[in-house]
Formats: sequence, C-alpha cells, structure tokens
Amino acid sequence: MIPVTTQMALLRLAAAFVLAPLLFGVINRTQALFAGRKGPPLLQMYFDIAKLMRKGTVISRTTTWVFRLGPIVGLSCVATGCLLVPFAGLPAPISFPGDFVVLVALLALMRFFTVSAALDTGSSFEGMGASREVQFSALAEPALLVSFAVLARQTSALSLSEMFGQVSVIFWQQAAPSFILVLAALFIVFLAENARIPFDDPNTHLELTMVHEVMVLDHGGPDLGFILYGSALKMWILGALIVNIVIPIHEISVWPDIFLFIVGMLLLAVAVGVVESVMARLRLLHVPQLLVGAVGLAILALMLMLGA
Amino acid sequence: MMTFFLSSVSLLMATGLAALFSRKGSLIAVAGCILAAILGLIPVLASLFTSAAFTLRIGWNVPFGAFSLEIDPLSAFFLLPVFLLSPLAALYGQAYLQNQGGHAKSWFFWNSLVASMAVLVAARNAVLFLVAWEIMSLCSFFLVVCEHRHAESRRAGWIYLVSTHLGTAFIVALFLLLGNSAHSFDFNEFIRSGIVSSPAATLLFFLSVVGFGTKAGFVPFHVWLPEAHPAAPSHVSALMSGVMIKMGIYGLVRTLTFFNAYPFSWAAVLIAVGALSGILGVLFAIAQHDVKRLLAYHSVENIGIITLGLGTGLLGTSLQLPFVAVIGFAGGLLHVLNHAVFKSLLFLGAGAVALRAGPRDMDRLGGLLKRMPRTGIAFFIGAAAIAGVPPLNGFVSELLIFYAGFDGIVAGSVPVVAATVAAVAALGLIGGLAVACFTKVFGIVFLGEPRSREAEQAHEADALMTVPMLVLASLCGIIALASPLILRVFKGILPGLTHLSAAECSFRLDRAAHTLEGFLAAAAAVIVMATALVWARRRLLSGRSQTVVVTWDCGYVKPSASMQYTSSSFAQPLVDLFGSILRTHKHLEAPAGHFPSIGSMRTHTADIFRRLLFDPLFAAVQHALIMGHFLQHGRIHLYVLYIALTLLILLAVKLQ
Amino acid sequence: MAFPMDSLLVCVVLIDLALLAVNRLVTLVRIAALQGVLIGGLSLYVGGADAASILTATASLVLKGIVFPFMLMRAMREASINREVEPYIGLNLSIIFGLALLALSLWLGFKLPLPVAAASTLIVPVALFTILAGLFLIVGRLKALTQIVGYLVLENGIYTFSLAISHQSSWIVELGILLDVFVAVFIMGVITYQINREFDHIDTNQLSDLKD
Repeated sequence: MIPVTTQMALLRLAAAFVLAPLLFGVINRTQALFAGRKGPPLLQMYFDIAKLMRKGTVISRTTTWVFRLGPIVGLSCVATGCLLVPFAGLPAPISFPGDFVVLVALLALMRFFTVSAALDTGSSFEGMGASREVQFSALAEPALLVSFAVLARQTSALSLSEMFGQVSVIFWQQAAPSFILVLAALFIVFLAENARIPFDDPNTHLELTMVHEVMVLDHGGPDLGFILYGSALKMWILGALIVNIVIPIHEISVWPDIFLFIVGMLLLAVAVGVVESVMARLRLLHVPQLLVGAVGLAILALMLMLGA
Repeated sequence: MMTFFLSSVSLLMATGLAALFSRKGSLIAVAGCILAAILGLIPVLASLFTSAAFTLRIGWNVPFGAFSLEIDPLSAFFLLPVFLLSPLAALYGQAYLQNQGGHAKSWFFWNSLVASMAVLVAARNAVLFLVAWEIMSLCSFFLVVCEHRHAESRRAGWIYLVSTHLGTAFIVALFLLLGNSAHSFDFNEFIRSGIVSSPAATLLFFLSVVGFGTKAGFVPFHVWLPEAHPAAPSHVSALMSGVMIKMGIYGLVRTLTFFNAYPFSWAAVLIAVGALSGILGVLFAIAQHDVKRLLAYHSVENIGIITLGLGTGLLGTSLQLPFVAVIGFAGGLLHVLNHAVFKSLLFLGAGAVALRAGPRDMDRLGGLLKRMPRTGIAFFIGAAAIAGVPPLNGFVSELLIFYAGFDGIVAGSVPVVAATVAAVAALGLIGGLAVACFTKVFGIVFLGEPRSREAEQAHEADALMTVPMLVLASLCGIIALASPLILRVFKGILPGLTHLSAAECSFRLDRAAHTLEGFLAAAAAVIVMATALVWARRRLLSGRSQTVVVTWDCGYVKPSASMQYTSSSFAQPLVDLFGSILRTHKHLEAPAGHFPSIGSMRTHTADIFRRLLFDPLFAAVQHALIMGHFLQHGRIHLYVLYIALTLLILLAVKLQ
Repeated sequence: MAFPMDSLLVCVVLIDLALLAVNRLVTLVRIAALQGVLIGGLSLYVGGADAASILTATASLVLKGIVFPFMLMRAMREASINREVEPYIGLNLSIIFGLALLALSLWLGFKLPLPVAAASTLIVPVALFTILAGLFLIVGRLKALTQIVGYLVLENGIYTFSLAISHQSSWIVELGILLDVFVAVFIMGVITYQINREFDHIDTNQLSDLKD
C-alpha cells in the first residue's frame, strides 16, 4: 500500500504536469486584457501540444542525432526538476542535501542540449539565439545560486524541501527585506530563464531579435511539442521557487494548501502578463546589466542577513 | 608491493632506452608503457582500497638525498591518473605519430616522463623529489619541441622551459627552508618537526603556491600553458594537461600536510586564486579560435576549480568546520582525477580533428560529427563532462565543492560566509561560462556544415586513436556512477589534510555519499525519461511523413556554409561583455559601397598577463643582464680563465 | 528589528545601486529625487514630533523631491544635453564596484562607535554607502550634471548619517547643510548652462584643458 504522504506527493506532481501549460494561457489572457483583445483560449497551449503530437516532422539535412536528442533531453531535465522541487508544502519525491545545485545543473544540461541542437542546424539565426542564450544563462546561474545561499542561510537547511518547509510567517517577520530582495532576484532569473519580456519576446516573429524562440526554429512536429511542454514545466519549476517563498503555508491541511499554491502560481502568471503588457523588451546590450543587478540583489540580501 | 612499483618504473626506463637505439623502438616503448601501467596500478589500487601505505628505502650516495619511496593513499590517488592515462595516450600517440612521420625517439622522453612522475609522487625525500621534478620538466620540454622544425614549437618550448624553472626556483627555496628547520630532507621529518602557523610558515605557504602554482597553471603564472599545449603533439598535450600539471597540485597538497594548522588567510588566498584562475581561464578560453589553445586555457579554469575545492577544505580545517573541510578537499581532489580523464579525452579528440581535418582554427571546421562519428561522440561526452553538466563526472566533483560551500554558508561565521559565497558564486559563473565555451567548441567544430574543403574531406581516425577516446569517454560516465564508492578512498587521504581522525572523515564522507546517491537518482530519472521519450517519439512518427530538407534560412535562394555562425560570432556577446578584461583586438574591414564584395573581421585575444606583466618584467631583466655582456666573448680560453679564477677565489675564501 | 524602517533603508540602498547602473540622465535625476523623498520620509519617521524636526524634514522633502529635480531638468532641457550618462567606468562594473563599496560600508558601519544607539543597525552602513555611492558618481562619470547628482546623493548620505545621531545634533545644522546644497545646486545648474553656452558641451574632461 502506498503511504498517504506519497499519494499526496504524487498528486501534487500530477498537478504540476497537468497544470503547467495553463500558465501560458493565463499570461496570454492577461496581455489580451491589457490590450483590450479577447485573446486566445486559456487552454491554447494544450491544443498546440496535442496538435503537434499528431504531426509528422520536417528535418534539416544538415542535422545529426544531436538535433533529435535536444528536445528529448530538455524535456527529461525539467520533468526531473519537477521531482526535485517541493510543491505546496510537502517534501519533493527526490530530496537530499544540495539538491538545488542539481536543479541548477539540470537546467544547464537542458541548455547544453538545446544550444547544441540549435547549432546542429548550421543556421546563422539559430547560432545567434544560441549565443545569446548561453550569455544570459551564464549570468543567471550565479544569481540563482546566491539566492539559494540566502535561503539556506536563513533556514539553516541544505535541501529544497527543508528550506521551503521552514519559510514561515516568522521568517518573514525576521528578515523581510532580505526575502523581498531574493524574490526580486528570483523573479528576474525567472523572466530571463523562461525567455519572457524584458529579456526576450516570445511572440515576435523577427528572427534577428529573438533569443529562445529562434533556437527552435527548425524543430517541428512532436519535437516542437516536447519543447513547448518542456518550457511550460520549466516555468512551473522556477515559478514554484517563488511561490513557495511568497506563500509560506504548510500543512494547514492538504487541499487548501494545494489550492493556495495553485492560486499563487496563477497569480504569478498574471504578474508576468502585467510585466509584459507594461514593459518593452530591453536592448540586448542592457540584458546583462539586469542580470548582474539580480546577482547584486541576491548578494545585498545576504549582506543584510549577515548584518542584521 | 613496492616491487611492483619499482619494476614498473624500471620497465618504463628500459623500454624508453630501447626506443632510442632500436628501429622498432616505438612499439617496444608503447608496449612497455602499457605493461608498466598495469604493474604500477597494483600497489596503487591496493593502497587506495585498504588505506595502507607501502614504503621502501634504498641507500643513495647523494648528499642529503635518500631513495625513499612511499605509496600512501594520497600518493596512490595522484598515481592513478599517471598509470591510467599514460597507456591510453601512448596507444593513441603511436598511431598519431605514425601519421606525422615517426618521431620514434620521442618515446624515450615519454616513458621517462611517466617514470619521473611516478617517482615524484612516491618520493619521500626532498632531493629525490626535486630530481624527479627536474627530469619531468626536461622530458616534457623535449616532448613539447618534438616538432622542432616549426619555429612556433621552439618558441613555445623556451617559454615553457623558462617558466617551469622559475617555478622550480621557488620550490627549491621552499625545501631548503623546510630542511633547515627540520634538519633533514625527509618528508616524514618535515611532518614530525610540526610547523605551526607563523609568519615563517606563511612564507613557506607562499613559496609553495608560487612554485607549484607555476606548474599547475595558477593565474598569473599560467602563461606557459596556452603556448606549450598547442605546440606539443596531441597525446603529449593530453598527458601534460591531464596529468603533469596535477603534479603541481600534488606538490601543494603534500606541502599542506607538513603544517599543523592553517590560518584563515591561507584559505582566503587559495579561494581567491581559484576564483581568479577559474573565471579568467574560462573567459580567455571563450575568446580563442584554436581548439588546443582553448583547451589549454580550460586547464587553467579547471585548476581554478580544484583550487576552489582545496581552499574551501582549508577554510573548514582552519575554522573547525569538519564537514566543509572534508567535502571541500574531497571535491577538489576528485576533480583532479576527473579533469585528468576528460581533459586528455578532449586533447586526443582535438588531435584527431587536427590530423584528419587539417586546420586547428575552429572557424574553418564544421560538420565533423557526420564525418568522424566516433571521435565526435567521444568529444561530445568530454565536452559535456568538462562543462559540468550531469550526469557526468565533471559535475560530481563540482557538486561536492558546492555542497561544502553551502554548508559553510549555513554553518559559518561572517568571514566564512563571505569566502564561501565568493567560491559558490565564482563556481556558478565558471559553470555557466564553461557551458557557453563547450557548446561553442562542439557546435562549431562538429555540427553544422563544413566551413572549408579540408573539413569537408575529413574522415574517421584509426581505431588505435578512437578506442582510447571511447574508453576515456566511458570513464567519464563510470566515475560519476561509482562516485559514492570512490568517496571511500578519501578516508585514507583526508586525515593528513584535515587533522581529523579517519572515523570522523568517513562519517562526513558518508553524508556526502548520500547526496551523490540522490544526484544519481535524479540522473537516472533523466536517463529513464529520455529513453522513454525516444521510444515515444519513434512510435509517434512511425508511419508519418518525415521530410528532410535544407535548414530554414529565411528564404535565401542560395544558403552557403560561410553564412553560419562562427566561433567568433558565437563568443562575441560574452567577449564584449568582459571586454575590459579580455582586451580583444578587432581587425574589421567593413563591406563598403552599393555592391559590397569583400568584408572581413578578425579577432585576436592576447594574454593580458603575458603582455602587461611578464613581457615588461623580462624586458627589464634582460636590460639589467645586458650589463654583464662584456664578459662574453665567445673565446674558449677566456672562459677557462673565468673558471680557473672562480675556483681559486673559492679556494681562497674557504681556506681563509 | 524595526521592519518599516529597515525596508526604507533597503530601498535607499537599492536606489544607490540603481544610480550606479542607470544609463539615462533623466532617470538618474528622478531616482535621486526619489531617494531624497525617501530619506525625508525616513527623517519624519525617526525624528520626534517637535516642530523643528518636522520643519527640517519637510524642507528637505520639498527641496530634494521637487525643487532640485525641477532645476536640473530645466538645466538639461535648456542645455539640450545628450540623454546618456557617459560613464568612465562601465555600468556592469559600476554595479560590482557598488557591491564592494556596500560590503565595505557594512563592515565599517558595524565597527564604527557611535555616541548613542542608532534607531536601526542598518542606518549607519546605509548612510556610509550612500556617501560612497555619491562619491563614485562624482568620480566615475563624465558629465557635470551627473556630478551634481552625485553631490546630491552625497548630501543624502550625510543627512541619513545625521539621523543616526539625530538626538544630539541641532536642527539648525541640518537646515544649514540643506541651504548649502541648495545654493550649490543652484550655482552648478547655472554654471552648467553657461558652460554649455560657451563650449557647446558639458564634458568635464575637456574643461580640464582650460588649465593651460
């Protein structure tokens, strides 16, 4: 018999796998609301993925196995990431000290394969996107790690489950300024890693200006479906890091916890939609500045925590 | 056990000599190298698994010298890469040099190099250590200038020779001071004399960091690496970068065991040196176009990571944070082995590419994965391993260093947190940049379309060359898989460094093993899911249309290979971002007119330390020495006169 | 730990960092003004309810929040200055320098002995950092206008510092400093305008040629 906690953990995991694409629907709806449009249906991402899964593929003759492996490894990485990140208060299925480093490394593995797959096509556009992607992520990685350092220091915990298990109202009262700064840093990393405005415009159709979307120009059919679903899961994971800090809930009871958490995720998506509606894309030259700023915010949070 | 070791060393020397005199010498030497490695691995593995130490002392008629050898777990750990990589690289080198026209005599230096490194690591006497050190430096010099007909090789050789001897000078000073205070040149006496931390000890530490750091490639003493590695034949670069520069790390670690306690400042120095070497190494690597030069800079980066690990360990020891100490050292030392494996793999791969495709300039390569599939897959695994992505070995050691760092952040006082956060942030930045760098290398060299005729006509290397690469590639995976087991060997090594008992060490190592098991579970999840998805994709696509066309090119009529992104363009955002450090020179000929035909851009990134630190320094030294020029006439009888005068004066002084 | 006060102080630090990172002159002036307002608000929060401290705080609020930005904007408009900041030291590097300065001031701030206990442990380090950030703006930027802003930020820092020991110092001193700065900004604004009219630019680098 499966113990109750495992059942609940599986339930939360299922929620992640099912609900992740919904975030994109909420973002698009928010944007549409701002622009006074009706917008695509909330479930558009599901329709897209389902349709792609039913299609054949068109592949460049330049490509090799690296190209075909790219989307597959990418999706496996973020799916494994879902096993590492705790949702709604319960410990994650795989939890050990230092698991957040593995999470960061899984994102790096995903990037390694996505970028290699992009270069495999020999297209200059995809090379351009790949080159930008590695630059931005190289700066986002220290920001993420220093943010984890702040959380670890404050909670005296070395695994994500323990960390988020201890973020409580009391912690918020003790070190609110630090937490706000870390949240800001994480939000910047969230936007950068998920290729959202102000870092990247997922809706543009000009190859020269894109970062993430341009890397997957040559993928089609199920491959593109994997990529879309992978990016949804990635957004869910990184979003969960933020929501877990903002809503310090544990074990009020199971269903309200899950409900609150999902509401939090949807609100985060609304926030992304608002940012995208009121901001323009940054000039590419200024993107590193914002990311260096994120590292700065995280370091500042740590300094305040040590000082206080 | 020491019989195995001695016979291994003598076999190396004997077969090496055979290479000098016999026509089939190279075959004998390679066979000898392989056999010697097998013999040598016996005591090494025995020591590692039982934590035992095997000793041997033979009388030796050298003042202060003694032929005193010992294989303890620390020595055994550093002997492991020596005996693991030298036979693989030798097999490869045999085939490689065959294509380059022989150089049979170089095998004498190769075997002597391997033997000297083995003796160096086992030596327990400072004089013996220095003799082995010097033989190692000279043999590697001769191997670097193997292709001495190229002026470039000769120049690189001189730079190497000068810098390695500058380093040796510091090491000699170090051992003289140590010997002076211990009244013996025996390493065990150094330990027994119990050097406590004091200004004198700090001087010793400084000497060892500079002396051994020159061999290891700490910034700013790394300037010889990017010259020597590209000039040497690939299997020699593999051995030098994979194994020989680790002798510098070994020297540093061995010196650390002589001290009773470490002040906090030493740890801070090592972390700073590690962060600097790591970040600058990878930055300069990104800006390079020559694959081997790029790999040489990556050695600097990885030495930086190792030093970050050692620095973190030192920090834990100095401030009584046992967990940080144990895991930091373990991570740093494990990275020694890991780097040896993947760096030699990458150098061998780069050699295969140079041999079969021609140009070393990345911007003239491309599309090699289809033409050299086995080399390509081995290089891909090596690139992923060095970039530090799971599930390969490069990530395992980085994970340990991260773990130690985060533990310091959680448990330490304010200075500890400052140091460990610096280490963690530096390691994060290095990791991100390494991914950028190695997606660039693999993507530009092996993927896309060939950018030159030579690359287009490339074909797979001989089996003798690809098999060692594939073995090394599988080692990258095996070490990662076996990492929780490998951690156990450290319980014999770490007590000497952390001043903790073996039980205390193994308790902490078990905690780290728990983390590694968690990581392996995550890695297994990735692999299972990826396999499932491959299967799912095949099922989904069966019976559907799978069209193969040209790459989407935005509607150009005639796409050509020269339109692809090159290594310079791929690196440009990062090079520009760090422009104030790299100071890349750009030569731009912009296309002009209404129908532009010619336009070109070249970038060149010179080493700032060489240009701004060493060139002026050596110019000044040369200027000073020019004053002694009047003594030099080129006439033999004058020189005999100088010698006679010197002897007379010395005699007079002595008899006074 | 006084939560609202610390949050205000953290905002001041963030503004300092933003000042180092920002690329547009207009934004620079605006955030400097925001910082003035924040610090004015802070002094209202910390200071007593007596007329003197309310007067000082209000004066500083009005001057730094409204008058100075207005004057600087006017000077900028009339001198039709290029909108970019033109740093000597790159913006990314400035942020890193800023963090180093912050670490330094945190360290100094906790070491520094104070005659009386400050209202918050953060107040002295933040004041020091603001002073250093102002100095950095003066040293690391090219234009006369950024130097005025740097001077303003410097004054913000000094003002914050005085808050730490507000019970001791007289409000007359506060007003005196404020008046000084007012005159300084006024004169510099006018001079900027004049320099521009004479030389068609306000690059301080080229002004140094005048010494020959």
